[in-house]
Amino acid sequence: MLSIHRLAFQRQSIPILRQVALHLDAGEVVLIRGENGSGKSTLVRLLAGLVPAQDVFEVTLDGEPFSPGDPRCQARFAYLGHTLGLKDVLTCQENLSFYRQFLGAHPEGLSVSGALKACGLDGYQYSPAGRLSAGQRKRLALARLLLRPVDIWLLDEPYSNLDAEGITLVDRLLQQHIDLNGRALLTSHGTFVPQVTRHREVDMREFTQ
Amino acid sequence: MSATSAALALGLRDVRLALRNRSEVLAPLLFLLMVATLFPLGLGPDTRLLEQIAPGVIWVIALLSCLLSLNLMFHADLEDGTLEQLIISRWPLPGLALTKVLAHWLISGLPVTIVAPVAAAAYGLPGEPLQVMALSLLLGTPILSAVGAIGVALSVGLRRGGMFLALLVLPLYVPVIIFATAAVSASMAGLSPASSLYLLGAMLVLALTTAPFAIAAGLKVSIA
Repeated sequence: MLSIHRLAFQRQSIPILRQVALHLDAGEVVLIRGENGSGKSTLVRLLAGLVPAQDVFEVTLDGEPFSPGDPRCQARFAYLGHTLGLKDVLTCQENLSFYRQFLGAHPEGLSVSGALKACGLDGYQYSPAGRLSAGQRKRLALARLLLRPVDIWLLDEPYSNLDAEGITLVDRLLQQHIDLNGRALLTSHGTFVPQVTRHREVDMREFTQ
Repeated sequence: MSATSAALALGLRDVRLALRNRSEVLAPLLFLLMVATLFPLGLGPDTRLLEQIAPGVIWVIALLSCLLSLNLMFHADLEDGTLEQLIISRWPLPGLALTKVLAHWLISGLPVTIVAPVAAAAYGLPGEPLQVMALSLLLGTPILSAVGAIGVALSVGLRRGGMFLALLVLPLYVPVIIFATAAVSASMAGLSPASSLYLLGAMLVLALTTAPFAIAAGLKVSIA
């Protein structure tokens, strides 16, 4: 279980997050719902170690302390933010090949072509990422998650820019992930409900008031 | 080892990106050639004068062209989110920063190291000082990349970071240009350039071993 206690965050002395308490079981998807500017992204970025924590807060993973920014912990999660980490001038295949080599090959990770196929980008191997539509780029970024299986997925607005088929794709990837006992933390400002067997919703207002 | 393989992947990707965006890489080189051509036009065809000013002028131009190419280093990575992925990866960030510095030198410093001595030869710099010039560029340009990367890491998140970058980085470039031109001048005067070159070498080691930590810290500040 990933549990977060007493996480607070302020920007220019305006509190963004107050007393976040959240837990995430193995095999569970938690969707954080909140309006624009409610601090969803900040929360995810704090957990990813992209934003330095201001106060001491406790995060434990299966009972052991989990400190964002620590390399041992960083090997256990994957993060997908608003900026997708793709290079426009490189082809889909080159983008994924880079991440596959960079993240380190894993016996259970998919091959580059396997990941492209799983995300419905079959036939786009040689297209530069810059030529893809916003939804296709999102799919390409999602394909990166399949190259090396990790325990925790931190996905900031995974449903944005996607068509109906893309949304089903996200749900399918999430289902596969939790079937393997993975866990995922998503954010959304929309009304999407993840179509997976086990999910919970948390309202951002709990943490900001 | 997979950390080395990750670094290699990052370095190769940077080189590949540079080959795709050739104009960005060629611009600093063109700048170097153009300014080197303008100086004799402005100063007149006095060969003795040109020979005398060659070490200083060529080094200053080389330094400025390195400064021009600095913003290639982290801007694109910040904008497209690659930088976030590098920071959250399980690899030590200073190691990745060193990789970025070496890749940047390969695509900007190395071409300058090759082209600048040609310009110096055109100024009439004789054989031995020319060799010293090339050697000083080989030792000095990686320092420019490493120290410059600290400035870029700190300013990459700013909207108008260019001026800040120059103010931050140019004072740190001063020792490099002093000792590099001292080496060439010593060689022109028939003295041994060894002491200055050794100092440049020491600065290179210092820059490559310590700058990556400063770059990593700067990047983390910029992204937060």
